[in-house]
Amino acid sequence: MTEFTQEFVVGHINYWLFIVLMMTGLYIVVAKGNLVKKIVGLNIFQTAVFMLYISMGKISGGTAPVFPIDMNIDPDVAYSNPLPHVLILTAIVVGVATTSLALALVIRIREEYGTIEEEGVLAADRSIARVEEKEHGEVMGGPV
Amino acid sequence: MRHHLILRVITKLLVGPIMLFALYVQFHGDYSPGGGFQAGVIMAVAFIIYGVVFSLDHVQRVLPPWLAHKLSALGVLIYAGTGVYSLLTGYAYLDYAALSPDHPVHGQHYGILLVELGVGVTVTGVMVTIYYAFTSRTPIMSDEAW
Amino acid sequence: MSAETLQHTALTLNDQLPALQILVTFIAAPLVVMFGSLRLAWPITFAASAISFVIALMLLSQVIDGSVISYHMGGWAPPLGIEYRVDAANAFVLVLVTAISTLVLPYARVSVAAEVQKKHHTLFYTAFLLCLTGLLGVTITGDAFNVFVFLEISSLSTYVLIAQGANRDRRALTAAYDYLIMGTIGATFFVIGLGFLYMATGTLNMADISDRIADQGANRTVRMAIAFIVVGIGLKAAMYPLHLWLPNAYTYAPSAITAFLAATATKVAIYVLLRFLFSVFQPTLLMEYYSLRFVILPFAILAMFLASYIAIFQTDLKRMLAYSSVAQIGYILLGISFLTETGLTAAIVHLFNHGITKAALFMAVGAYVLRANGSFYDEIEGLGRRMPWTSAAVVIGGLSLIGVPGTAGFVSKWLLVQGALEKGWWPVALLIVASSLLAVIYVWRVVEVLYMKPTPADSVVREAPVSMLIPIWIAALACIWFGLNTDMTLNAAKAAAQGLLAGSAGMMN
Repeated sequence: MTEFTQEFVVGHINYWLFIVLMMTGLYIVVAKGNLVKKIVGLNIFQTAVFMLYISMGKISGGTAPVFPIDMNIDPDVAYSNPLPHVLILTAIVVGVATTSLALALVIRIREEYGTIEEEGVLAADRSIARVEEKEHGEVMGGPV
Repeated sequence: MRHHLILRVITKLLVGPIMLFALYVQFHGDYSPGGGFQAGVIMAVAFIIYGVVFSLDHVQRVLPPWLAHKLSALGVLIYAGTGVYSLLTGYAYLDYAALSPDHPVHGQHYGILLVELGVGVTVTGVMVTIYYAFTSRTPIMSDEAW
Repeated sequence: MSAETLQHTALTLNDQLPALQILVTFIAAPLVVMFGSLRLAWPITFAASAISFVIALMLLSQVIDGSVISYHMGGWAPPLGIEYRVDAANAFVLVLVTAISTLVLPYARVSVAAEVQKKHHTLFYTAFLLCLTGLLGVTITGDAFNVFVFLEISSLSTYVLIAQGANRDRRALTAAYDYLIMGTIGATFFVIGLGFLYMATGTLNMADISDRIADQGANRTVRMAIAFIVVGIGLKAAMYPLHLWLPNAYTYAPSAITAFLAATATKVAIYVLLRFLFSVFQPTLLMEYYSLRFVILPFAILAMFLASYIAIFQTDLKRMLAYSSVAQIGYILLGISFLTETGLTAAIVHLFNHGITKAALFMAVGAYVLRANGSFYDEIEGLGRRMPWTSAAVVIGGLSLIGVPGTAGFVSKWLLVQGALEKGWWPVALLIVASSLLAVIYVWRVVEVLYMKPTPADSVVREAPVSMLIPIWIAALACIWFGLNTDMTLNAAKAAAQGLLAGSAGMMN
C-alpha cells in the first residue's frame, strides 16, 4: 500500500485537483436539474481532463519545446512534452463544439417546452406518454 | 442611435486592429505561438463585437449568414484540398513534401501555411455562425430596453 | 539544414485506399454546404457513400488473407505519425458501415423528405456525411487519440441528426440532449483512459502501446486505463447498464437515421472495444481480463433477458426494436466474453448479421411512419394486407432476430451456442436459447398486429414507394442470403477473430 506521506500528497497535487474537478463536474451533471447547469458541469468535467493532460506534459524545469534557431541544442536543457498539450488543443475544440451544440439543443427545448428545468421537461414528456398510452391502448403493463 | 457613444466609437476603432491581429496570429503561426484556430477565433471576435455593440442586422450586412456557412465549408476544403494535392502527386495524404518536392523543408512551410489558413477560415465561419444562430433566436433588443 | 532531395517513390491509387476511405465522405460534406443546393445534396451524398463502399470492398479483399495494410498519414512513420491500419477485423466493419449507408441513402430520400423540414435538408445530408466519416475514421485508424477525435465527429453529428426528429415529435430534442450528456461523459472517460495509457507507455499508436505493455507488464495505471476505456466505450456501445440513452434516441430520431445508427454506430463502438481489449491490452497478459469477463458476461446475459422482456411490453414498434437492439448487443458482448476464437467469431458475425437485420426492420418502420403516420401497434393494425411487401420484410427481419434456421440471425446464434458448449458452459448455451424465446414473443406480437388484426375500414394506407421498398428488400434478402451462404461472413469474421486473438505484439517491426 502506498503511504500517504506529505511528499506523496504534495507531489501528486495535479492528480488531486483532477479528481476534485472531475467529481465536481460529474456531481453537477447528475444533481442539477437545470439543463444549462448540466452543461456547465459537463464543461468542468472536461476541463478536469484537460488539466490532467497538461500537467502530464510538464517537466520540472522544462522549457518550451522550441529548438534554438541555430539548431545548437544544449543537451542539458529539458523540454516540456508538447504532445499532451497538442492533444488537449483538439479536445478543447471538441469541447467547444459539444457546448455550443448542447446550448443550441437547450434553446430548442425551451422553444418547444417553455422550460429548461429537467423536472418540467420530464413532466411534459410523461404527460405526452400517458396520453399516448391511453390513445394507443392495448396496455399490457410494463414500463413506459 | 445616440446611446453608448463611447462603446460605439471604441468598437469602430478596435475592429480593424483586431482583424489585423488575427491575420498576424494566422501567418506567424508556424514560427510563434498562434495558428489557425486562435486566429479564427480572434477574427470572429471582430465580427461578434461589432454585432454586439451595433446590431445583428448591421453585422449581417457585412457578413451575411450564408457567407459564414460557405466560409466554414471553404476552410475545410482548403485543408482537405492541400491533402488531396499531395495525394494526387503521389505522396501520402497531407505529406507537405509534395508542395516542394526539391526542398521538403520548404514544403513543410507551405503546407502548414495552407492548412492553418483552412483552419482559420473554418473557425471564423463556425464561430460567427454559432453567434448568429444563438442571437437570431431572441427578439432583438430595442435601444430603450437597455 | 541542407536542401536535400529525398528519394521518393510515388504511391499508387491502391496504396492510397486507406486515406481515400475517409477522404471521399470528408470532402463531400463541405461540398454539399458549398453548393447549398437541395437538388445536389442527395446525389453527392449517395455518390460519396457508394464510392466509399467500393473502397471498403477493395480493402477487405486485400486483407482477408490476414495481411495488414499500414498507411502513414502525412508521410510520418508510426509510432510518431498517425497510422491508418487495416486488417481483417476493421475492413469487415468498414464494409458493414459503408454498405448500410449506401443502402439507407436511397431509402432516406423519400423518408427524410417526409420527416425533416425542407430547409434543413442540405445540412442534414452534411451531418450524415460527417457521421459516416467519423464512423469510418474510428474504424480505420491505428492511433488511439485519433479514435477519440473521430468518435466525437460521429457523435456530434449523430446528436444533430437525432434532434432533427423534433419535426415529428419534440421529444427528439430531449433524447438528443440526454444522448449528448451521456455520450460526452463516455467520450471523456475514454480520453481519461487514453491519458493513463499515455502516462504508462508514452505513445499513442495502438500497436506500439501494446508492445510496451507487453514489455513492461501491467501496472496500476494500465489497469485504470482499462477501466475508464471500457466504461467510456461501453456508454457509446449501449452496454447493458449504460444503455439508457438508446431507446429514446432510436425512437424519436428520423426513421432513416434510426436505421443507419442502429446498424452502424453501436457496432463501431463495439469494434473499438474489441480493438482495445484484444489488440491494445492483451488478454493473456492481464489477469484483469478474467475479472472483466465476470463483469461483461453477467451484464450481457442480463441485457439479453431484461431488454427483451421490456421489448415485449412496448406498444410502439420502433421502441420495441430499440430495446431489442440492447438485447442483441448483449449477445455480441457475450461472444466477446468467451475469449475464444469461436466466441469472437460469433460476436463479429452477429455484429454484421444484426446490423443488416436491424437495418431492414427499422427501414420498414420508416415505411409505416410514412404511410400510416406512426408505428404504434394500433396504427399499423392489419397493414399486412395493405402493405404486403413491407410487412413481409418485417417478418423476415423478425425471424432473423429470433434466429430461425435459414436466416442470418441463426448463424450467429448457432456459433454463440457452439462457443458456449466448447467452453463447457452449457447453462450459458441454455440461456441463449431461452432468451431467443423472448424474441419469439415480441416478434409474434408484431406479426399478430400486422396480419391477424382486421384492417380498419376507413384505412387509406398504400404500399410504400418503390424507392423505399428496394432498400428494405435488399436488406431483408441479405438476412436470408447470409443465413444460407455463410462462407463470406464466416471467413471474414474468422480472419478477424484470429487477427484479434493474435494481438499485435511484435507487429511493429
